[in-house]
Amino acid sequence: MILGSINPAVLLAALMVAATPILLAAIGELVVEKSGVLNLGVEGMMIIGAVTGFVIAVNTSSALVGFIGAALGGMVLSLLFALLTQVLMTNHVASGLALTLFGLGLSALIGQGYVGVTPPRTPKLDLGWLSEIPFLGRALFSHDIMVYLTIALVAGVWLFLSHTRAGMILRAVGENHDAAHALGYHVKRVRTLAIMFGGACAGLGGAYLSLIRVPQWTEGMTVGAGWIALALVVFASWRPWRAMAGAYLFGGVVVLQLNLQAAGVRIPVEYLSMSPYLITIMVLAIISSGKARGSLNAPGSLNRPFHASN
Amino acid sequence: MKRRTLLTAAALSLALGAPASADDPVKAGFIYIGPVGDFGWTAGHDRARREMQEHFGDALETSIVENVDYGADAERVMSQMALSGTDVIFAASFGYGPDVNTVAGRFPDVAFQHATGYIQDHPNVSLYDARFYEGRAVLGHIAGNMTETNTIGYIASFPIPAVIMGINSAYLHAKAVNPDVNFRIIWTFSWFDPALEADAAETLIEQGADVIMQHTDSTAAVRVAEDAGVMAFGQASNMVDFGPNAHLTAIVDRWAPYYIERVQAVMDGTWEAETAWLGLADGIIEMAPWNDRIPEELQAEADALVAAIASGEYHPFTGPINRQDGTPWLAEGEVAQDSELLTMDFYVEGITQDLPN
Repeated sequence: MILGSINPAVLLAALMVAATPILLAAIGELVVEKSGVLNLGVEGMMIIGAVTGFVIAVNTSSALVGFIGAALGGMVLSLLFALLTQVLMTNHVASGLALTLFGLGLSALIGQGYVGVTPPRTPKLDLGWLSEIPFLGRALFSHDIMVYLTIALVAGVWLFLSHTRAGMILRAVGENHDAAHALGYHVKRVRTLAIMFGGACAGLGGAYLSLIRVPQWTEGMTVGAGWIALALVVFASWRPWRAMAGAYLFGGVVVLQLNLQAAGVRIPVEYLSMSPYLITIMVLAIISSGKARGSLNAPGSLNRPFHASN
Repeated sequence: MKRRTLLTAAALSLALGAPASADDPVKAGFIYIGPVGDFGWTAGHDRARREMQEHFGDALETSIVENVDYGADAERVMSQMALSGTDVIFAASFGYGPDVNTVAGRFPDVAFQHATGYIQDHPNVSLYDARFYEGRAVLGHIAGNMTETNTIGYIASFPIPAVIMGINSAYLHAKAVNPDVNFRIIWTFSWFDPALEADAAETLIEQGADVIMQHTDSTAAVRVAEDAGVMAFGQASNMVDFGPNAHLTAIVDRWAPYYIERVQAVMDGTWEAETAWLGLADGIIEMAPWNDRIPEELQAEADALVAAIASGEYHPFTGPINRQDGTPWLAEGEVAQDSELLTMDFYVEGITQDLPN
């Protein structure tokens, strides 16, 4: 046992980095689901964000422009989903799965000339004296700007959903689309906007992988991060701060097990990696038993198609 | 009922098709665990496929399916290939073993070539593998000499004999030149997960490793090592583009000569199931060019080690070697049997970590 070789500050810092991509994707999907739409295409939108962000960053030599491009890339792909589900009234689940498959294939095509290319660096945010604080400086104040923007985004989504009129309309649409429609709200418009927001967030999450965490373009590099984000939304019972806690917990499990292994501690890696999914399955099981549904906060119209004639 | 008719029809067309179609191209199908763009393991197999395609030209038709999971997916893909007239199927990952044998039982006229496997239930299943531990010995020798912190980080995939063998071989040869050397091993339980591999590399570097070895397929660790200013080895392909300073060398897989030989046998009608385990001597693996930062004397030593292994003069597992628990495994001068290596489930003495179950 050489636990002394693990530096808790570094562990905390690594945890925040590991959590950021899934948190970005999850917070976007949370808004989408709050509007009553289940988009299973998160993985596809993430990988499209990863590749468009990478390609644009390399061509403009700016990581920041790359991130903007990634958000747009994810959003464009999500518009396809919006077209299918909101205009053509297709099944959400099938359309979302198709979106993932399409995104994986398209990203491989787009990224063909970019394997082995080094992306421009994303500079660490200079926080001056904050970064000098012992322990906390290394753990919390030595990150790139995306880590902080993601936290700001979580706060923004929380504020939006719970304290703004627009947020309440979005929730109304998600809870009961017929009532919202009767009140004169544009259910499809609200949902389309939510889907676009979700696409942009997933795109950013993907770009965080290809531009900062790995940083390179490799086919299929998201390897299931989108599915983890989907699980996180359920795990968080559709609450923004809980999604953040869940993402940090998830990132923490990953980073901690790597550190414990490297330090020579014998741990059951398989079970640890499995644990977030197990908790999600438990949450899903509870949700499906009618009584607990309300307490878990699942949007009432989630995954129910809307047509004005209903 | 319908499905049975279809299968019978397919089996009939296969049986009848073989002799009648001497001029038709032979069809070879490949299934891969990762994407051909992984620049590692799967890229190595696909490189060989393309080389083989060039060699045979119009006489051969190849098809690939990438990112195929073990289990039902693999079975479905291979059955589909067999039904569409594929003559020989290359299943390029360890975990396809049970699936290959299930499908091989159903299609006795199709030749199956399973990479790095050990299950051979049917006369139409061939196994082939490379002696990666020979290359690992060279990596260990270089790593033991190059490390300044005496800590070598190792990113391992699954605790299967091929991977354990590699760790042991690398450790023994690092230890031989540097008695203070210490291995830190992280198991990712995945062949391809760039983000996880990057995190693992960062963790190892943070804990003092200045040389990173990997038995996973992505290029992420080499990139992280480059950024952190430490050293690394590529996996299965030359990964120097991802870390021009960090990348010391790599074990490069060259399956093409073997693939060409086996497909030629299918064309000639002489194909028979076999178990092939080829190494440096056969050119199935080779070392990527040494990085210039490796001192010249060490480069010469590494060259000599490669030559000694290739000529059969030296075997990387030559006793005395003890197991991790201190019990003797190989006596002085004794050389490991292939069967012992292929079932290896223990670390050698000196590795401090425990092997996961």
